[in-house]
Amino acid sequence: MSVEFCGLDLAHPIVNGSGTFDAIAAATTFGEDLLKDFPFSAYVSKTITLAPRIGNRAPRLWEAPAGLINSIGLPNKGVEHYLKEDLPLLGALSTCHGSEQRGSLWPVPLITNVMGSTAAELCALLDACDPHPQIAAFELNVSCPNVQTGLDIGADPAQLREVLSEVRSHTSKPLIVKLTPNTADVPSCALAAEEGGADAVSLINTLRAMALAPGARHAAPAARWLGGGTGGLSGPAIRHVALAQVAAVADRVTIPIVGMGGVQSADHASALLAVGASLVAVGTESFRDPLVGATIARSL
Amino acid sequence: MTLAPFARRKLTVTVNETLGAYRILRVADPQGPKPQAGQFAMLAAVTGWGGGEQQRPYLPRALSIARHSSGESHFMLEDVGPGTHTLCQMAPGEELWALGPLGRPFTPPPPGGRALLVGGGVGTAPLAILQDQLQEEGAVPHLALLGFRDLQHTHGASLLRDARVASDDGSAGHHGLVTDLLREELDSEDERSAVVYACGPPAMLESVRALCSERSTPAQLALEAPMACGFGACFGCAVAKRGGGYLRVCVDGPVVDAHELEFVGDHAGPPTGRPGA
Repeated sequence: MSVEFCGLDLAHPIVNGSGTFDAIAAATTFGEDLLKDFPFSAYVSKTITLAPRIGNRAPRLWEAPAGLINSIGLPNKGVEHYLKEDLPLLGALSTCHGSEQRGSLWPVPLITNVMGSTAAELCALLDACDPHPQIAAFELNVSCPNVQTGLDIGADPAQLREVLSEVRSHTSKPLIVKLTPNTADVPSCALAAEEGGADAVSLINTLRAMALAPGARHAAPAARWLGGGTGGLSGPAIRHVALAQVAAVADRVTIPIVGMGGVQSADHASALLAVGASLVAVGTESFRDPLVGATIARSL
Repeated sequence: MTLAPFARRKLTVTVNETLGAYRILRVADPQGPKPQAGQFAMLAAVTGWGGGEQQRPYLPRALSIARHSSGESHFMLEDVGPGTHTLCQMAPGEELWALGPLGRPFTPPPPGGRALLVGGGVGTAPLAILQDQLQEEGAVPHLALLGFRDLQHTHGASLLRDARVASDDGSAGHHGLVTDLLREELDSEDERSAVVYACGPPAMLESVRALCSERSTPAQLALEAPMACGFGACFGCAVAKRGGGYLRVCVDGPVVDAHELEFVGDHAGPPTGRPGA
């Protein structure tokens, strides 16, 4: 079930959600063969920032009803380390899945996810990454507060359009905007991304969520459990929110959509494809079953 | 380090037996690779994982492999939350998903070295397979010191051979902490070649770390942290390392050299709601 997405030729429509599968760590756990028979048809890197980030203090996880709240804080070693150390490995992934049509391995294109708190930071990230041929496309994480307004860049259509129009000229590679669900009007944000020059949108990111420390309701103010104060909810709990938002966005934009949110099976993936997604990303379910992406792709 | 097959596998429970306050779950794993001491697996019951008022557990649970023999893996469990409760209830013939063996194992002592195994509570588990491994590898001399809170829990000591026991309430063995026993051993003359292997609650591990650091005794600590995946994907099991930043318990550990940490803190917290219990 090969698909074309923004000019990329993919073995199947199942990719990973950014930050839910670390190919390098997985190769040390399961062996290097994993990189040759990768479970996803394209690999979306975790979020890369200009400067290294150590991430949030522990605790970072809370198990919710049918889901997970995470407050990881986008730890990464910065763009310089990413390009020097990670790119040689991540730029050479392949998958056997679908190879019978071609008689050889399918390459697994690398989609690099980047985040900056200003347009200038995003431009600098694209400038650093764009010359590297191993990077096939970019995903912009716009769930980052604007340093002036405090509002997430991706939560405001006007701001998003403005940032996109500035960064667009810094790469000719496909640009995917990862939309935030934590805003009043997601379809308007998607339209703004399209008008700003995005080649595709991906959604949904995690829903902002919070957990109190056990026993905290008796204290004032109640102690928040997660080191970051709040976190993002993912997993089956958000599946139908994702379905509604993908359907609403598909009604407003003409660019392709990467749909995600609580996908555990081929049925769930098919539902997102049916309402207008071109690709489906699997995230939290990979934590429970690292091979689930390949299993879903086979059953579509 | 033993690599894990890149897929969770469905295994059948063969034995679920009581060991004082603990359960020992044995599962048939004839095709699985032989784990190394200190490695762990992510377990989830095939049915009944989820449901109930809280719809939990949802994520698999990380458990040390306590023993591996005759194609069976043994796990030591204490019922402290919805995940461990469900696993504790499993009957022979029921199936669970297992992913593993995962993580960095213990490194045996150098030739001529003596291993001091120090465990607290359910932290006894990885020391049992370590003792087996030391025995297999040409009878490496070792001593096991185990601490428990009360009489019911001290039954866990029978997982190892010839362990010296401490109990918080004095109901068995030394009345006090297992680290009292460790201090005595480290201060005795013949412990210059000792390598310490420890697993237990954070306060115990911190005490082990400090005792060994003061005496320049090498120590390997098996850490625990709530984790969602077990293979480096979620970045949830972060533990602060010496010099700043974090290490991931699942792929940088669970066994770490004590020098890598400045302090062993309580990252797990109480079991309610965390993906470890």
